[in-house]
Amino acid sequence: MNTVWKSLLTGTALVAAASTQAAELEVTHWWTSGGEAAAVAEFADAFNGQTEHTWVDGAIAGSGGTARPIIISRIIGGDPMGATQLNHGRQAEELIEAGLLTDLTDVAEAQNWREVINPPSLLDACTYEGRIYCAPVNIHSAQWIWLSHGAFDAAGLEVPSDWNEFVAAAPTLMENGIVPLAMGQQGWQQNLAFGTITIAVAGIDAWREVSVNRNAEVAAGPEYTAVFEAVADARELARDSNVQDWNLATNMVITGQAGAQIMGDWAQGEFQIAGQVAGEDYTCLPGLGLNEIIDTGGDAFYFPVVEDAEVQAAQLELAELLVSPEVQVSFNLAKGSLPVRGDIDLSTANDCMQKGLEILAAGNVLPSGDMNLSADTQTQIEDLMAEFWSSDLPAAEAQARYVDIIASAD
Amino acid sequence: MTTTSQDDARAARRPIRLFRNPMAKIASIPMILTALVVFVGGTAWTVVYSFTDSRLLPRLNFVGLDQYERLWSTRRWLISIENLAIYGICSLILTLLIGFTLAAMLDRKIRGEAVFRSIFLYPFALSFVVTGLAWQWILNPDFGLQEVVRRMGWEGFTFDPLNNPDIVMFGLLIAGLWQGTGLIMCIMLAGLRGIDEDIWKAAKVDGIGTVKTYVRIIIPMMRPVFITALVLIASGIIKLYDLVVAQTNGGPGIASEVPAKYVINYMFRAQNLGQGFAASTMMLVSVIIILVPWAYLEFGGKKRD
Repeated sequence: MNTVWKSLLTGTALVAAASTQAAELEVTHWWTSGGEAAAVAEFADAFNGQTEHTWVDGAIAGSGGTARPIIISRIIGGDPMGATQLNHGRQAEELIEAGLLTDLTDVAEAQNWREVINPPSLLDACTYEGRIYCAPVNIHSAQWIWLSHGAFDAAGLEVPSDWNEFVAAAPTLMENGIVPLAMGQQGWQQNLAFGTITIAVAGIDAWREVSVNRNAEVAAGPEYTAVFEAVADARELARDSNVQDWNLATNMVITGQAGAQIMGDWAQGEFQIAGQVAGEDYTCLPGLGLNEIIDTGGDAFYFPVVEDAEVQAAQLELAELLVSPEVQVSFNLAKGSLPVRGDIDLSTANDCMQKGLEILAAGNVLPSGDMNLSADTQTQIEDLMAEFWSSDLPAAEAQARYVDIIASAD
Repeated sequence: MTTTSQDDARAARRPIRLFRNPMAKIASIPMILTALVVFVGGTAWTVVYSFTDSRLLPRLNFVGLDQYERLWSTRRWLISIENLAIYGICSLILTLLIGFTLAAMLDRKIRGEAVFRSIFLYPFALSFVVTGLAWQWILNPDFGLQEVVRRMGWEGFTFDPLNNPDIVMFGLLIAGLWQGTGLIMCIMLAGLRGIDEDIWKAAKVDGIGTVKTYVRIIIPMMRPVFITALVLIASGIIKLYDLVVAQTNGGPGIASEVPAKYVINYMFRAQNLGQGFAASTMMLVSVIIILVPWAYLEFGGKKRD
């Protein structure tokens, strides 16, 4: 906790020191890993170079779970930063209701965001009662499984092309001393795997009924029974994986200790840093190879309401810059995520990104869970998944509790 | 200070009780205000809002006992309470026992007492976050204690509490004891040093053995010291949070969750203030349930004497 306070105090001191003509804009975010920091530097360079304002970097170490409360309590507590990263969706809804976030509608209309941002659901997530409150910067999707060619070669197997083949291949992997599924023992990763398996096994219609319409009957139905049984299978496959962080689990796949990992497309950065090539050293399957659908979660920047007129001007300029084509290309190539604009050229992107772009172009997208269920409901589901994955809780009981959560969701 | 306050009291014609010792009272106003506004006010505010459906921001929309009903039907909360009870009872007994034994051993006038005292007290200088991380590494099965013992030849040795939901709380307990017993030992040692030498001599003359002297004579005489130690240990147990976050983060699964972590998670991560307030109110209630009978026995009994 001490370091958190220290960084908060330093951040405050930085804001207090900003009193020059061109504004210094403090931007908070939680992009601190190698690839992420390189991507943020693209923003900072563009902002410093193309405007007269200065980017003051307010990186908060730790994942979104650590950074988000700090960011939100600073906004609520009357010490707002100039701009901040948040995942778009319902996280900021109440801040908008309380009038704490800047309305970006004018910038959005001038820059024609409504036309260029693809898929449109990204902008919808930023829209509250017809006004736009955030600038989406990238698209991340969670529905990927990453397969290690090294592990399957060692076991003398073909690399599977979907989840069912993978489950069938698992016993052979185990005989060769390879953990079939790498899984970090943290609630959000287990929840992510659950979500991915849901879309692959139950299909999009059942998923939509439950996650968007909160239909508890469907959650209790046969589609979801199949989901919970598949997760129980996956739990057995991940039994010998006792790492915590997601990147350590990814590392098991990179080194061939594990056959596969279910993880979002940010895992790609790890493969890149390890010098592995998509299609040769590893394979990625969107939607577990069963249902090629990806969600369109991602990051967006919000701009808290501030009094200083210069900072206000700087906020609007930054909002415009973040969505501009050049910045979108340089940022997303560094980050390994997909751009929010459909009208730019990303031919230099690798195999896996191309797959993502194709799915995006075909329109096979679903809104991210962030946009459908409240943080409260998601935390409850995450708690349930954390318990389910690391205990012997029967699938039927887990499903019954899941139904309860969906029935009381708001 | 005493002379000035006496002068002041004489200067006033009718000494009113409220204005006696005015300087001391003025000096304590900030603390009184802090206590009233922050502790009492904050507590009352939290309790009131625990009956509302506040989400990210507090709002006064009362929903009765809904938050509490949900709280007590949540598996994670029940596990948290159970874990705190296990940790609390074990930590209370073992800290007192080990702390007193170490202090008694140091009190036997051994050589190098100062060195041992520093060694035992050292862990207390570390924050719980450091303690938690250090013990996470020590208990890691792949390169910690288990691996070291295996390399020494005991191939079948298994000690992996942090990845076993059944015994994970004991992994936390080891770290907690390692950090906490040193302080209790020092307090006990101070208490033992406060015992008159003559008592020992008298006991020796009467032919009472060392252990029996400790149990029957010394420990009853150290009652105030034990109460100080008890309060310190108990407050440490209730606020158990950072150790868990650093060492297991509640895992594996939700097997090592504790109430304070539930409160923080639901207030900030789940953005459900009402639920977090309900949980923190339950923590307060449980403290009161333990504290009130004890305070009654302790202070109510004295008046009757």
